[in-house]
Amino acid sequence: MRERFERVASELLDSDPRVAVVLAAIGASAFEPARIRHPGRVLNLGIREQLMIGVTGGLALAGMRPVAHTFAPFLVERPFEQIKLDIGHQGVGAVLVSAGGSYDYPAYGRTHLAPGDVALLDTLPGWTIHVPGHPDEAEWLLRDAVAGTGAVYVRLSLPANAAPFPVRPGEFAVLRTGSAGTVIAVGPVADAVLAATAGLDLTVLYAATVRPFDAATVRATLGRPDVVVVEPYLAGTSVRFVAEALADIPHRTLGLGVGRAELRRYGTVAEHETANGLDAASLREQISGFLAVPLAAASAPTAIAPTAPLAASAAPTA
Amino acid sequence: MLWNMTNTTAETITFADLPGLMSIMTGDEKHDHSAESTLDVLWVLYDQVLRVSPQTAADDDRDRFLLSKGHGPMAYYAVLAAKGFIDLAELPGYGSFTSRLGHHPDRNLIAGVEIASGSLGHGLPIGTGVALGLRARGQDAARVFVLVGDGELDEGSNHEAIAFAGAVGLDRLTVIVMDNSSSTYGWPGGAETRFTTEGWSAARVSGRDHAALAQALTAPHPGTPHVVVAVIETTSN
Repeated sequence: MRERFERVASELLDSDPRVAVVLAAIGASAFEPARIRHPGRVLNLGIREQLMIGVTGGLALAGMRPVAHTFAPFLVERPFEQIKLDIGHQGVGAVLVSAGGSYDYPAYGRTHLAPGDVALLDTLPGWTIHVPGHPDEAEWLLRDAVAGTGAVYVRLSLPANAAPFPVRPGEFAVLRTGSAGTVIAVGPVADAVLAATAGLDLTVLYAATVRPFDAATVRATLGRPDVVVVEPYLAGTSVRFVAEALADIPHRTLGLGVGRAELRRYGTVAEHETANGLDAASLREQISGFLAVPLAAASAPTAIAPTAPLAASAAPTA
Repeated sequence: MLWNMTNTTAETITFADLPGLMSIMTGDEKHDHSAESTLDVLWVLYDQVLRVSPQTAADDDRDRFLLSKGHGPMAYYAVLAAKGFIDLAELPGYGSFTSRLGHHPDRNLIAGVEIASGSLGHGLPIGTGVALGLRARGQDAARVFVLVGDGELDEGSNHEAIAFAGAVGLDRLTVIVMDNSSSTYGWPGGAETRFTTEGWSAARVSGRDHAALAQALTAPHPGTPHVVVAVIETTSN
């Protein structure tokens, strides 16, 4: 997805003189050919993320359409007050494109993970949040974001679904219909959710745009009002939006996603999927248990096994 | 003596009238000293330096003035009122729920206010982006002026902008540092050394000397951004 972003953003620099790409060292080499063509609109600020968002807001104030890009912890968490004030409070829009939010680079550890990025942006008004699950979706949503004027977060990830879904910005796609409950899959978890719910009498919705939250489709496709949201970031982030969508209907919700606890584990994406209960087998147990849909080949569902802490090499002394 | 709003229009207001305008803005303002410290430089900017007026406040090629140090905006509002950006009749409402004139200014409420400020360390990075955007759009007449406090320079975000703007020679950018010795640990060698080491041109003048301020704010600085350290006497309190 990141490579697609770099190619498409470079094309947009060629075709739209209002577009500027703002970088903080990360990604600069990929944009070097575009920088040579547009030295005033490909801006590598060095490793300066507060400045990155301040400059992004300033570019928008000067009438440009800025696109800022780096890894999610450095794009959203470190300069969060700049996002709040230099973009939102100024009343301007911008496109923020992150990479590697949840557990894309687990060998790097906690410093390079940002499972709370969407939850943080949820504290601010007006942000559109795209979580594409495939490079094609990333391209469509990026082009849509840059063509507009609003504040848009595009959350790119290394994990992806095998094929794109027919996404429309702002709408959930209906992947399956059933009567025993609804599962909403956000972005790259969709393939695992489809595998986990195979043969079950469930509605499966697909959200490549998660804010605004498409309450209309949730209501229009609602069978039994039990809803599971599976998100590739902090578990439960969108549960409040389900509650608002179904405020007048007695309902139950379950939020699945990345756990809040620090695992202090390195390893692979697949290992972190399993540790967070986001692999297909774990999802099937959790979803079928919550919705009490009959499982042909499974016993009573169980909670995912907690990851045991690694032993420290020496106990810290006081 | 309170300003007599019924007999005066903005066209006739002079620098000597500004304290009277500030006195209209009653309320629980806590930044009186800060508000007064910027009065002279704000007047010089809007009276002699900036190419902007209420009629051109939305023009692409106008000069931009960004009040980063948003505390104590009474002097700012007084100057904006004197120059016709704000109706004099709005001044008594300063800080009230129904007034546009908050204790920190908001660009979304007042045409002519370029940024919404208050939290320190945001104006200079934003101003750097405005300057880059104007450059990219070919608005070559438009200059960007950012006013910060010497205490505000404690915020590290400023130093990200100072180093970058110097490195790329962002010469449409001018920073005014109001130096009233309010930085907690000070700036040995003067606040301007933080800029000159990154390639900026610099001037140090009295923050009360209108002629010196005007000269420093209009001095050519081709190829480099420019900093004017405006020194204000400190008072014990």
